[in-house]
Amino acid sequence: MDLATQARIKELAEGERHDDLVVVIGHLDVGGAELAAQTVTVGDPTWAGPLAGVPLGLPVYHVLEPEVKGLVAPDAYEQHLGLMEMVLESDAPIQAVRAVRERTPSASA
Amino acid sequence: MFQGKRVIALGDRDGIQAPAIAECLTSAGAQVAFMNTECFV
Repeated sequence: MDLATQARIKELAEGERHDDLVVVIGHLDVGGAELAAQTVTVGDPTWAGPLAGVPLGLPVYHVLEPEVKGLVAPDAYEQHLGLMEMVLESDAPIQAVRAVRERTPSASA
Repeated sequence: MFQGKRVIALGDRDGIQAPAIAECLTSAGAQVAFMNTECFV
């Protein structure tokens, strides 16, 4: 995750209204999805950015998780995510984000 | 789960981009606090 993005997320998480933040990830590769999820929960695993060693513990979901799909308006889902869901070869990126969330007690909304 | 929440949408150029995530989560009752589409070159 680039440094400017990490800095902005840190700023938001340290703000007054940090309790209502939820992170939603759209990476379709397992490595990218897992890296993003780890960065906003346990801290930047690459130790390169402002979130290195900063365990924000934010709730994190993959946008294609069934729990998310069930809450999105069907027409919006079809327009923006339907095709991507069809071309997704496996649910590994979804499972990767779920696994990070389940390892982080505070990361469930 | 998203009603009244503020969402950080982290998209990927080769995956689902942040504006698409933001549109969908807005329809689920969330506000967008920040969004970014990562691009590895």
